[in-house]
Amino acid sequence: MIAESGHYALVLALGLALIQSTVPILGARWRDVALMNVARSTAIAQLLFVAASFAALVTLHVSSDFSVVNVVENSHSMKPLLYKITGVWGNHEGSMLLWVSILALFGGLVAIFGNNLPISLRAHVLAVQAWIASAFYLFILLTSNPFLRIANPPMEGRDLNPVLQDIGLAVHPPMLYLGYVGFSISFSFAIAALIEGRIDAAWARWVRPWTLIAWIFLTTGIAMGSYWAYYSLGWGGWWFWDPVENASLMPWLAGTALLHSLVVMEKRNALKVWTILLSILAFSLSLLGTFLVRSGVLTSVHAFANDPRRGVFILLILCVFIGGSLSLYVFRASSLKQGGLFAPISREGALVLNNLLLTTACATVFVGTLYPLALEVMTGEKISVGAPFFNLTFGPLFVPLLIALPFGPLLAWKRGDLLGAAQRLTVAGVVALIGLALVMAWTFGGSTLAPLAVGLALFVIVGALVDIVERIGLFRLPLGIAAGRARGLPRSAWGTMLAHAGVGIALIGIVCETSWNSENIRTMKPGDVTNIAGYGLKLESVTPRQGPNYREMAAKFSVLVGGRVIATMLPSKRNFTTRSATTTEAALLSRGASQLYISLGDIAPDGSVAVRIYHKPLVLLIWFGPVLMALGGVLSLSDRRLRVGAPKPAKSYRGLQAAE
Amino acid sequence: MTLWFVFALMTAAAIFAVLWPLGRGSRAQADGSETVVYRDQLSEIDRDASTGLINPPEAALARVEISRRLLAAADNPREPPSGANLRLRRLAAIIALVGLPVVAIGLYGVLGSPGLPDFPLAQRSRTPDGTQSLGNLIAQVEQHLEKNPTDGRGWSVIAPVYARLGRMDDAVRAFRNSITYNGESSERRADLGEALVAAANGVVTAEAKTEFERAVALSAEEVKANYFLGLAAEQDGRSADAATIWRTMLEKAPPNAPWRSLVQTALARVGGSPVQGPSREAVAAAKDMSETDRSAMIHSMVERLATRLKQNGDDVEGWLRLVRAYMVLGDADKAKAASSDARQAVARDPERLQQLNEGLKNLGLDG
Repeated sequence: MIAESGHYALVLALGLALIQSTVPILGARWRDVALMNVARSTAIAQLLFVAASFAALVTLHVSSDFSVVNVVENSHSMKPLLYKITGVWGNHEGSMLLWVSILALFGGLVAIFGNNLPISLRAHVLAVQAWIASAFYLFILLTSNPFLRIANPPMEGRDLNPVLQDIGLAVHPPMLYLGYVGFSISFSFAIAALIEGRIDAAWARWVRPWTLIAWIFLTTGIAMGSYWAYYSLGWGGWWFWDPVENASLMPWLAGTALLHSLVVMEKRNALKVWTILLSILAFSLSLLGTFLVRSGVLTSVHAFANDPRRGVFILLILCVFIGGSLSLYVFRASSLKQGGLFAPISREGALVLNNLLLTTACATVFVGTLYPLALEVMTGEKISVGAPFFNLTFGPLFVPLLIALPFGPLLAWKRGDLLGAAQRLTVAGVVALIGLALVMAWTFGGSTLAPLAVGLALFVIVGALVDIVERIGLFRLPLGIAAGRARGLPRSAWGTMLAHAGVGIALIGIVCETSWNSENIRTMKPGDVTNIAGYGLKLESVTPRQGPNYREMAAKFSVLVGGRVIATMLPSKRNFTTRSATTTEAALLSRGASQLYISLGDIAPDGSVAVRIYHKPLVLLIWFGPVLMALGGVLSLSDRRLRVGAPKPAKSYRGLQAAE
Repeated sequence: MTLWFVFALMTAAAIFAVLWPLGRGSRAQADGSETVVYRDQLSEIDRDASTGLINPPEAALARVEISRRLLAAADNPREPPSGANLRLRRLAAIIALVGLPVVAIGLYGVLGSPGLPDFPLAQRSRTPDGTQSLGNLIAQVEQHLEKNPTDGRGWSVIAPVYARLGRMDDAVRAFRNSITYNGESSERRADLGEALVAAANGVVTAEAKTEFERAVALSAEEVKANYFLGLAAEQDGRSADAATIWRTMLEKAPPNAPWRSLVQTALARVGGSPVQGPSREAVAAAKDMSETDRSAMIHSMVERLATRLKQNGDDVEGWLRLVRAYMVLGDADKAKAASSDARQAVARDPERLQQLNEGLKNLGLDG
């Protein structure tokens, strides 16, 4: 009954989405409040039904109901409970159900917290949201139904792909989907604005928290995925320019640009048409990412779905939504009122530069990802565009972006003073030069560009701090006043600082890891000792162990510094019997922000083991940076002025008004 | 019936979600608008100015700009809601009352399986069943072992069962665990080695050889280990060594040892001169026995291959080997049956089917 109820709930959600996508639009056309309000109640009901459907699928996985095809193919009765739950979205059908659940969640949130929106805007936004939802419900029900049954259930399932049996699966896909799907809200807002033909600074303010939420989740989702790949794939890489990774990077770049252009629009009522375009692009790129991963167009670790029928369906959705929204944009954008003009040297100007560089970077990733596919379709020739291409194109675009980054917040709106900003950034420049000199003196080997990059990163970090110091008048004013100003500073300013510093910190991690990473690949026997970056590693033993649904050979290493054992590391190779697949469990030891990384290769019958040992200096900064960025986003989101209009009486606004 | 009742409740809830706002009419509600935002921005400027975050002149400029926006928004308000459009509302209500259930039931009717109850695993394994299949019994032992992976007795029970079923990789693992948790003995080492050989399709691998050597080190008389060490020598091309090992075995063996014939056949294969047995009659008997034994062995191997292919029919090479084996054994009917089984098994995969047909043609079993 659980399976069938879940299935029926999904069908009902489709029915509600169809109503939600039409009735409110008619209501807005004839300005009938009741009809427009249908959007709200259906959005909430839709959320409840999809949530019920998702809960049903989780229950089926947990109770190992092997009469459901999806459970048979991806679960196993002996799997630990956590992986029974995460296995729900560790497969194509379940992950699409998670996708629409999150879509419905965002729709429901707009319905619940959208009290501050004009009613017709809200009706339009929710209707557009329902168009997307209807398309994906149909996709799920017709081509990837997770509730299909078998009359004669087998006794045991086929287990989840062992690579996915990891805590990373519990965090990475939900985060990433919250980010991807979160951009659907800014998309819906953009389409609603185009339909209504009304757009102004207030619009930007309404969209900004939603975009920020999506951006925060996308940032952490990408960082989490990168860390997962780093520790689970066993060769210590954290970014491969894999098309699937690029598919998540593109919406991130577009989303970051959108976040910045929204500021301009909110504060200066400018860049309106461009912001609309970015909103459309950010979500289109999310859809493209979904298409690339879900259609099986790409063959990579992520492509666990391979079905041409699905690919064609998603391609259709993609064409309708991207093509439709861009056509609407072309027809309606000219009718929107243009915003004010501004001088090139100004905060707005800096943000435009940021937008230009980010979108160009996004375009290079787009070309690098899709060109090989297009070429293969046209000529059948297979080429691979890898790290060299992206390092050559993406890198040079990011250098000016990072140099300009500290200047942006220091420039005034409307007309800025570049020289003044430069003077105030002298401290940052000096710190960067000292850092550069120190790095050059202390290290040897690696790229000659690496110390320069470290200097640039320091410039970005100190530049972000300088902005705050300047604004609160630290060192300039008495401490008490400065503290008072710091308290009065909007949280979004602190958020900006954290996010910008996060970029610099991540850059330090990236540069250190790629330039001064040392590796030691050898065959070891128990008792052997090898050295890396000042650590001695002794292989103590190799022993078999039995896990819940696998068995493993675990190697025990003692980590020695100056002859003293400071830690033990336990890398292992796991063998999953049901899928007869092997995974490598690397062992990691963090020392400060640096890490020792051991992963096992083949184990010979005579007991000798091939081991790969890496020392990765400051590698943790690569993920600490994005975490800071996300924290900055959270601070910014919590800012009073940006808060999503929680249901509260209009009185409070009047109260504030009285302070005038 | 409960299921349909639940469906009815869910449908009613969905319909209610659409009808509820329609019924509430057009009472004025808290409605956001642009002017609210701009007023809010104005108050922000005052706040920032009072904490000294922006200078008074900047504040004045910003105030002017936002006031301009506020005026623009106030001049161009959104059109106020008009009265109720009863015709449209009725239409929406009809869509909800009729369209929603029709679409939902229609689509579900095509896709769903309302007749199937849930089959949670816990409930299924509790059902009493007198005639439990071997598979279920194994599954139970496996489950027990997953929970108590250090139960040596369990591993030693399941290991030979795996070996009998041809699940050689599992057998190897079970024998290994049995050694880990029961302690070493020459028999266990030899059993493990035998399973390794079987898993490698009869090749005595280096790993297996190590096990046999350990077994012999524990007990020099261990028959199985000695036999396989001889086999290893034979496979390495050291026939003389193999002959020596087997001859020593036969010399030490009691006259009625059941494995005598097997070793003698092996010895004869590597060209070693037969050892003087206790009597001519015994040797002759053993020779007879070895013939039947050997054919029995071959038959059992073919049977095992056939069972394996029945479970997993993807292996084209395996099918061809089976057909060839039946033909060699002179069993043309079975060969025919096997080839048609094979065609059925790979029918879904055109590439394999073609491979199979070509192979069968080569065997002279076309069509």
